[in-house]
Amino acid sequence: METKNIMIVGVGGQGTLLASKLLGRLLLGKGFDVKVSEVHGMSQRGGSVVTYVRWGDRVCSPIIDKGQADCILSFELLEAARYTEFLKPGGRIIVNSQQINPMPVIAGMAAYPENLEEKMAALGIQVDALDALSLAEEAGSSKAVNLVLMGRLAKHFDFTEEEWMDAIEHSVPPKFLELNRKAFELGQSA
Amino acid sequence: MKTLMLGNEAVARGLYEGGCSFVSSYPGTPSTEITECAAKYEELYAEWAPNEKVALEAAFGACLSGKRSFCAMKHVGLNVAADPLFTISYTGVNAGLVIGVADDAGMHSSQNEQDSRHYAQASKIPMLEPSDSAEALAFAKLAYELSETYDTAVLLKMCTRVSHSQSVVETGERVLPERKKYEKNPGKYIMMPANAKKRHPEVEARTKALTAWAETAMINRIEEGIDKSCGIITSSTCYQYVKEAFGDTYPVLKLGMIWPMPEQKIRDFAATVEKLVVVEELDGFIEAHCRNLGLAVSGKDLFSNIGELSQNLVKEKLGKDVQAGAALDEAIPARPPVMCAGCPHRSIFYVLKKMNLTVLGDIGCYTLGAVQPLSAIDTTVCMGASISGLHGFVKAGDDERAERTVAVIGDSTFIHSGVTGLINIAYNESNSTVIILDNSITGMTGHQQNPTTGYNLKGDPCTKIDLESLCHAVGIKRVRVVDPYDMDACQAVIGEELAAKEPSVIISRRPCALLKYVKHPGPICSDPEKCKGCKACMKIGCPAISMVDGKAKIDVTLCVGCGVCEQLCKFDALGSDT
Repeated sequence: METKNIMIVGVGGQGTLLASKLLGRLLLGKGFDVKVSEVHGMSQRGGSVVTYVRWGDRVCSPIIDKGQADCILSFELLEAARYTEFLKPGGRIIVNSQQINPMPVIAGMAAYPENLEEKMAALGIQVDALDALSLAEEAGSSKAVNLVLMGRLAKHFDFTEEEWMDAIEHSVPPKFLELNRKAFELGQSA
Repeated sequence: MKTLMLGNEAVARGLYEGGCSFVSSYPGTPSTEITECAAKYEELYAEWAPNEKVALEAAFGACLSGKRSFCAMKHVGLNVAADPLFTISYTGVNAGLVIGVADDAGMHSSQNEQDSRHYAQASKIPMLEPSDSAEALAFAKLAYELSETYDTAVLLKMCTRVSHSQSVVETGERVLPERKKYEKNPGKYIMMPANAKKRHPEVEARTKALTAWAETAMINRIEEGIDKSCGIITSSTCYQYVKEAFGDTYPVLKLGMIWPMPEQKIRDFAATVEKLVVVEELDGFIEAHCRNLGLAVSGKDLFSNIGELSQNLVKEKLGKDVQAGAALDEAIPARPPVMCAGCPHRSIFYVLKKMNLTVLGDIGCYTLGAVQPLSAIDTTVCMGASISGLHGFVKAGDDERAERTVAVIGDSTFIHSGVTGLINIAYNESNSTVIILDNSITGMTGHQQNPTTGYNLKGDPCTKIDLESLCHAVGIKRVRVVDPYDMDACQAVIGEELAAKEPSVIISRRPCALLKYVKHPGPICSDPEKCKGCKACMKIGCPAISMVDGKAKIDVTLCVGCGVCEQLCKFDALGSDT
């Protein structure tokens, strides 16, 4: 099969690494060749963060280049807009509609662009926006945004409920399992 | 068992399986997780050393004692360890010694983009270069075989994309070799001129033997291609970009050992293709070798020696089309890294800026004191350079500016190589004021313990170096401790120490706000009625404060209640009781 590519983007500290860990486990379990690539260090300090998840029969490059992503899973609205060039024609963006102001906006040196969802859709991108923060809070913790978004992702990819649940069980601490399951389901059904 | 592993985790697995027993490293992105993962194996002794030179010397000592040993560092760490490196090349080893070094092309988290392959050639130590996690594991084990067969340390070269990518590995069992006996051997281990002169020819002979090995080694492999109009020589992550871009179209010579490189194998490969192209990041290292062989070769005429490559870049430069997706016609504001909410460094930089001081900076999270709106740092060069630079600035300056200049350095960086600079200040008596930003952890690389924290790599309590005593012991009489959250007190103490006519150290002490044991009072509130919109609170660059409709607003999901902004508000609009 042709290699599939998902970019997980967000703001350092939002929990993007757990999402990629969970996906990696699920994909490996299905027998795919998998590469998950991320950058640690300075960029994590509240900066823009990117993780590449790739799977198929044979995956070579650890990174996703412009024009290659099937899907961008974005933890924050501006970060989705930053990476549209990485999408394939007709690619999909699943985005948490939460807005987190970057320092240039906080400091008044730049403005947070308006109507980004509409502008991305106007480029022919399939935009699936949801308020993952509220759903996570509904599930019991604002930290569960990642599982809400995973649930939403599940709608668009052909993996079974059992495969997802197995991956979740192996990626989150037991005491938070119920909360995360609920967040996943809310993301799926919202 | 098949599992997904980070390249760094796979190196640690390779050390475990390869019978390594001793690991000593200094953390540095992107190399840090090798040692953290190694520490999780009970059979392995692993430690954080104060710096990379100490780490390499400790690993060398361990190999002399007869146990396979390892140390890891980032590319700039190898500069620090270069002194022992070049002479360990002459002594060779007893049990195997492997040195992991991780480059950072693209400078994701580094102060320069040096190409560590030059060190292999310069020190005449062989260097293996894996291209994914499976090779990272396999090459770590192979490195020990080579080390003991050829009586040499072996460099294992990683890079950001190999270190920080997870790919599939198959794990095996640990095989612990029989411990080698240590035998006194002055001619081999005492590198004074008479002995070293005899060792140098051994090094040259070893290089010849390793070059011969490189000719037939499985890790330098030719992969056939259908289109022989172009043949590509590559290694590391660039090999993956080439295969991604072209699959099995062009023949590829994939080098697993980057120094010494084969000669005949490269000539033979070149003879089968119309055009020879080298695809490598940073310098034209393989390319220069091909030119030395008298081959016509293309490389840096196509690819930049700056930054990382990618599959699209490789395609494009070799004449194939690439198509990017649609970009928004919109200015997307950058999202640079920032100091976290509650970071104890923020307020001290605010004070330094307010006092209009010249600030010689160093390497760590606090380097972010250089960015807007704080913009409080004048220089950042390398580990320790703040203190030694301050001495020169003050001694040579001897003017009003010199009297208004300080150095800032973190606790771990101070131990790494700041203390020698401080000894110079004491010994040569410059009227310098050094500020140690003691956040009780090595922060930027992700919370590693260090000699000042009282805990070792395995998390066990251990000897805690007392910074005050250390500063006193090297001859600094004036040592003050301040709480960075108390800005008035900080300003007063900095003023007093700058005015004092002798060297001084100010320890700005408060643990990193992200440490789990740190208890925060919880978010403060903003009162829009009281807020006049003066933006005084915006001057500290806290990510938890923004202006909404002309009034300061606190993001309660980020604010930890450090209270620094409260000290700036003249209208009582910020605080826990507003």
